[in-house]
Amino acid sequence: MTQPVAASVALDGGVRTADLAAGQEPVFAPSRGFWGHVGHRLVRDPVAMAAGAVILLVILVAVLSPWITPMDPYKGSMLRRLRPLGDATYWLGSDELGRDMMSRLMLGARLSLFIGVTPVLIAFVIGSALGILAGYVGGWTNTILMRTIDVFFAFPSVLLAIALSGALGAGIFNSIVSLTCVFVPQIARVAESVTTGIRRRDYIDAAKLSGASALTIMRVQVLGNVIGPIFVYATSLISVSMILASGLSFLGLGVRPPEPEWGLMLNTLRTAIYVNPAVAALPGLCIFIVSISFNLFSDGLRNAMEVRQ
Amino acid sequence: MSVIPGTPDPFAQDRGGPAQPLLTVAGLFKHFPVRKAGAGKQVVRAVDGVDFEVLKGETLGIVGESGCGKSTTAKLLMGLIERDAGTLLYDGQPVGARAMPWRAYRRQAQMVFQDSYASLNPRMTVEQSVAFGPRVNGVPGRQAVERARALLARVGLEPHRFAGRYPHEISGGQRQRVNIARALALEPRLVLLDEAVSALDKSVEAQVLNLLLDLKQEFGLTYVFISHDLNVVRFISDRVMVMYLGRVAEIGPSDTVLAAPEHPYTGALLASMPSLDPDARTEVAPLAGDPPNPINPPSGCRFHPRCRLAEPVCAASEPPLDPLGPGHSVACLARQPGSGHGLAPRERIAA
Amino acid sequence: MSEDAPAIEVSGLTVTFGGRLRAVDGVDLRLERGQTVALIGESGSGKSVTLRALMRLHPERRTDVGGHVRIGGRDVMALSRRDLAAYRGREVAMIFQEPLLAFDPVYTVGRQITEAIRTHEPVSESAARARALALFERVRIPSPGRRLDAYPHELSGGMRQRAMIALALACRPKVLLADEPTTALDATVQIQILLLLRELQRELGLSIVFVTHDLGAAVEIADRIAVMYAGRIVEEGSAAQVVRTPHHPYTIGLLRSRAEGALVKGARLEAIPGGPPDLANRPSGCAFRPRCFLAEGRCADDPPVVTPAPGQRTACWHAEAAATAGHAASDAAAVA
Repeated sequence: MTQPVAASVALDGGVRTADLAAGQEPVFAPSRGFWGHVGHRLVRDPVAMAAGAVILLVILVAVLSPWITPMDPYKGSMLRRLRPLGDATYWLGSDELGRDMMSRLMLGARLSLFIGVTPVLIAFVIGSALGILAGYVGGWTNTILMRTIDVFFAFPSVLLAIALSGALGAGIFNSIVSLTCVFVPQIARVAESVTTGIRRRDYIDAAKLSGASALTIMRVQVLGNVIGPIFVYATSLISVSMILASGLSFLGLGVRPPEPEWGLMLNTLRTAIYVNPAVAALPGLCIFIVSISFNLFSDGLRNAMEVRQ
Repeated sequence: MSVIPGTPDPFAQDRGGPAQPLLTVAGLFKHFPVRKAGAGKQVVRAVDGVDFEVLKGETLGIVGESGCGKSTTAKLLMGLIERDAGTLLYDGQPVGARAMPWRAYRRQAQMVFQDSYASLNPRMTVEQSVAFGPRVNGVPGRQAVERARALLARVGLEPHRFAGRYPHEISGGQRQRVNIARALALEPRLVLLDEAVSALDKSVEAQVLNLLLDLKQEFGLTYVFISHDLNVVRFISDRVMVMYLGRVAEIGPSDTVLAAPEHPYTGALLASMPSLDPDARTEVAPLAGDPPNPINPPSGCRFHPRCRLAEPVCAASEPPLDPLGPGHSVACLARQPGSGHGLAPRERIAA
Repeated sequence: MSEDAPAIEVSGLTVTFGGRLRAVDGVDLRLERGQTVALIGESGSGKSVTLRALMRLHPERRTDVGGHVRIGGRDVMALSRRDLAAYRGREVAMIFQEPLLAFDPVYTVGRQITEAIRTHEPVSESAARARALALFERVRIPSPGRRLDAYPHELSGGMRQRAMIALALACRPKVLLADEPTTALDATVQIQILLLLRELQRELGLSIVFVTHDLGAAVEIADRIAVMYAGRIVEEGSAAQVVRTPHHPYTIGLLRSRAEGALVKGARLEAIPGGPPDLANRPSGCAFRPRCFLAEGRCADDPPVVTPAPGQRTACWHAEAAATAGHAASDAAAVA
């Protein structure tokens, strides 16, 4: 049976389990560890599971798209431009160059996910490292690092991304670099604040007393306790990243035609908004669904981590 | 042979012989700056000139009310906070100097904290927490784990049931056993116990006290035992040090100090302990008011505003810690010949 | 409210959380007016849960409370929501271990006390303030006028505890429920608070239920002591009966394991083995049996309640044998 942890906390303030130094043989649940508990709670959250399923589906489609698209996503037809939704051949209509929307959306998921997730992943690694360092070491290191990071907060992230992309020039690589630069300070700041919150705990002091170096303490003792909240925050940034990446492509600073990418597709279809609004809105709908799925999943993850241990 | 590679057995390292104190503390100071609205910068005089010795193989109890500086002293002894002034000699060698760097000292001096939960990493199993110390000191992974399991067994936690548990899955008493095992993992000679049994249930407290006595005998440990519970301190300590507002009020053999206290503060502390006799309940509180704030300690003897023996001289001059009997020193003008206090003995009693 | 009914009458009280975790398992308790009873026990013994049940503080959706609670002859379980609000504070008040939880940090303590008075009684602002001042003097707060205008965090620990007692007494309750109010305090301050409570009990005719884990504090304040273990009262009697002639092995163990009872320096304490039971896996019959030095087969059945002396009751199959063993041990101590 499972340990009624939450219920027993209510008793006298302390979690109760038998003290077995001598004697009784109680029934114990198998040890799960923190991530085991989080996983256990996450699978019981229907919203997070549904969001996770959507994300998984999109990833699957993106990976398999070269083999499963119903038509050639690059081949257009001047005769069959801007077909409506539900067309017999083009189920999701066709774009302004007569290419199959469904195939383009499927293939577009690749680039959109790639330029949405990659900057967050890179920023997660760099930002966590900077934030944990600043939070654990404290003092002047903290002041210098955090004040530098504050400079980035002076600009709204959209503006910063556009400015950096503009300066670096168009292209996928450059837009990933500029988005990474947007997210590093944000993640570093969260990492710094959670690290500051635990660095005065007794177990950190105990680790210092064992003679461990600061690097070892950060890696072994701090990382495990702060990575969860940072990760939750990072997953919530994926949706922002996807929207920003699409925005850059929309402005012509990201992916270049004829590569399908949802933001770019939104741009090229915007002229068709009066002719065929439903089709023109499809890439936007995809961005919306995927980014909200990431957000909901991130929320679920955060809730699942709120295990009072 | 030690389990830690590259270091000889700690007992082979004994330098000064049994008569040399294991730890000598002299002139220890720690002031914390605080900002208070309207009052500008102020200083908390947490530890304000403390001298004492910890003898080899003894248990030194440290008692006092909250704010007396006993926990700050513990952290200063472990180097968890930096001292403003003062020297720390470990077996005759200055701690922090070349011959005895902090890293080497900490291998011989460990600490057990009050909060059994906060002092264990919630993301690590019990075994990982205990094995961490040996591991960072170069013990190979497998051996470190074996050592952790042996220690867990020694403190009364069967490894096959407890090694893989997380701190929240075991009780407070069990967690404190884990903390003790971790403190012993580096084979220290000195263990600081900062209110280590205070948060435990009474029936569990007795078990842990017994365990501490067993371990002390088995490993030849020296304890510094910090507690607010005089009954526990009397039971476990050979000598006791009473602190008041960052200074030592009285120090001496615990049988003497706690049976016939010389400092009025020690007397008041003792009298404040609840009686277990329903017919001899306390009728008058020995001390009035709360322990004062160490921000602006009173002039002269810091205890004089609450002291039943206070005389004008007590507000004027600060009593030094003067020897009274063998190993027994008191900082009280009423016990000091020629201090000007009406109750002071006329001349020094031959010791 | 009938005048001759006992202050508190609890029978068969059970509290179950989430439908399966029984924290209080059949508590009977009777407290005469003007008396103090100490409920002592370890964490998980159900002492605080019992206390909260007297005030009906447990969230009703997740808690099943069974049995009867009568305070001053009035059935607490039958109170309507509105009557309950009047009952709390007016007839029964509560003090806690952490006074900062009882006070709102954004208002001065004086304002909170006057407001408490004015919610229960139709008095003017100035009259309420005068009463708050009198209360502060009553609980011996130095310079009470100035302290009324202080915010909770500006008071020291002992002072806060006194202010909370003043708040609890604001509407002249007959019964005071105290949940470990001295546990977090220094011994020098604890004894002051215990003496204050004793004085208030005597002068105001208060009935006090004092929850603690410290036998010493219980002896200092209580007329009667009830020892709880795993959700049940295992022994109850006058303070002298419980401390001098304990008949339950758990009480005996608690007394014997105390550090001041150690015979010789360096000798080991007579600790009770094991730890308090996990309430989700409570042993059948006597819950103390896995740790008991007298346990045998029939302890797996619910123990009888015996009355070794008038006014004392013990739930144990071996009350007499336990008492004899307890005597033998204390005699040995006296000889040594």
